[in-house]
Amino acid sequence: MTSSRAAFAAILGKDLRSELRTLQSLPAMALFAVTTFVIFRFGLDRTALSGSLAAGVLWATLLFAAVLGINRLFVSEREEGGFDAIRLAPVDRTVLFGAKAAALLIYLLVLELITVPVFALFFLGSAAALPPLLIVLVLADLGLAFTGTLISSMAVNSRARDLLVPLVLLPLVVPLMIAATGASDPLLTLGGPAYDRFGTWLAVLGLYDLIFGLVGYAVFDFLLED
Amino acid sequence: MYGKGLRPLSIATVALLAVGLSLVFFYAPLETDQGFIQKIFYLHVPLAIVALVGFVIGGLFAIAHLRSGNRKWDAYSYVSIHMSVIFGVAVLITGSIWAKASWGHWWVWDEPTLVSFLIVFLMYATYYPFRYAIEDPERQARYASVFAITAGAFVPLNFMAVRMAQSLVHPRVFATANGGLPGSMLLTFLFCLAAIGLLWVTLVKFELTAKSASGQVKRLRRALDAPAPGTSSRIAPEVS
Amino acid sequence: MLALLASAPALPLGEGGKYVAGAYIVFLVLIVVYVAIMAAKLQRIEKELGELASFAEQRKGEERDKVGAGV
Repeated sequence: MTSSRAAFAAILGKDLRSELRTLQSLPAMALFAVTTFVIFRFGLDRTALSGSLAAGVLWATLLFAAVLGINRLFVSEREEGGFDAIRLAPVDRTVLFGAKAAALLIYLLVLELITVPVFALFFLGSAAALPPLLIVLVLADLGLAFTGTLISSMAVNSRARDLLVPLVLLPLVVPLMIAATGASDPLLTLGGPAYDRFGTWLAVLGLYDLIFGLVGYAVFDFLLED
Repeated sequence: MYGKGLRPLSIATVALLAVGLSLVFFYAPLETDQGFIQKIFYLHVPLAIVALVGFVIGGLFAIAHLRSGNRKWDAYSYVSIHMSVIFGVAVLITGSIWAKASWGHWWVWDEPTLVSFLIVFLMYATYYPFRYAIEDPERQARYASVFAITAGAFVPLNFMAVRMAQSLVHPRVFATANGGLPGSMLLTFLFCLAAIGLLWVTLVKFELTAKSASGQVKRLRRALDAPAPGTSSRIAPEVS
Repeated sequence: MLALLASAPALPLGEGGKYVAGAYIVFLVLIVVYVAIMAAKLQRIEKELGELASFAEQRKGEERDKVGAGV
């Protein structure tokens, strides 16, 4: 095992174990999402959602719940000297970016594992849309993970960090949201899932993931310089 | 010396703007579809193009800053983005006026280019609070460069996604390609583009000169051990 | 002058004119506002330079007094 891979596994493992033990972020994120669904039920005065409305409610809620997790992503690094550790270790510092993005991706997937069925229960007639939706979720989560990790690593060293993440992150993920809702909209129609431009939207998601993965990989080193 | 060459640059800018304005109102023919309202495009579209190019230039300066470590690139990057944000305000206001003139509403979601521009503008507007939130100046400069690069990568992706989101039912209001413009209109448009571009360059240089002068004053103050006045800017990088 | 205006094919016609005028005026106003802000900055620089100059002169005067007293 190369030392980079070992470092990656170590950081990822530490994060997941810590989250499992303390359950800081995930329950809050899930609860927030479910409560937000209820707020939408009353705010929109609807008990069933379909098409673009369903896609919008789902993705907006997931995004805001994700922000909660992204805010907390680097807190342990900051408080326990994780940044110094990676600076001193003889590994490529980008490993920290990769490991944190992987952790965030896992948090987001677990979040969706809990909340998307709840969404289907609350608002959708059937669960037929869920399998194809999974592909959209994974691709969108990857993009969110890359961008979220990048922004979070910068915000953690600033004042008003909880404000900074949503402020800077939200415009950045607009293309991601456009593509995710674009793909989900026909999936969530009442008559059963349709696949209008499904491939195109997935391609856009893939492109977003690629671009921001590369950008994050390229610039992360500079963020850790002292 | 940032101020050097500012005067000929300004004169050239004024000249180009004057000629451009004359071309718009005395030379370019009236368009059949939109009539006189179309004249706004000679202002609105060059402003938008120059603002977007300015953002990309800001990203390029940011790359130079990260690679060289020289803080002057950060100052160039900041001023480029700053100027493009100001031009962006002009883009949105003129775009809104055009929308009101054409469609009767002060804002329309149907025009993908305008909507994309709004999102880009909002993105870059967060540049200021972002810088403000980071106290250490060296770290602030570095993070700002990362932001500028990330945002630069975001711009084309954003335009593409917004365009795709437009329902294919709505007609595209203006074609972005300049093929389809008759010769005299194209000439006028290109001239105005050059004029606005030169204006951007002149104002950036102007801003850098002012920053440099402030920087020199601070330097002098430090050299003389003179007491400092109030607090200095927290977000704008110093130039000296 | 009148001939020039007569030859202009594109001066305000109908009500589109006020919007076009509005757009160009907004542009002009923004430029003027920017110039005004820069003028304020320039004024501040001038003031600070003046303060620094008098400070330096004052210190030079003190140095000379000190040297004079020392000798």
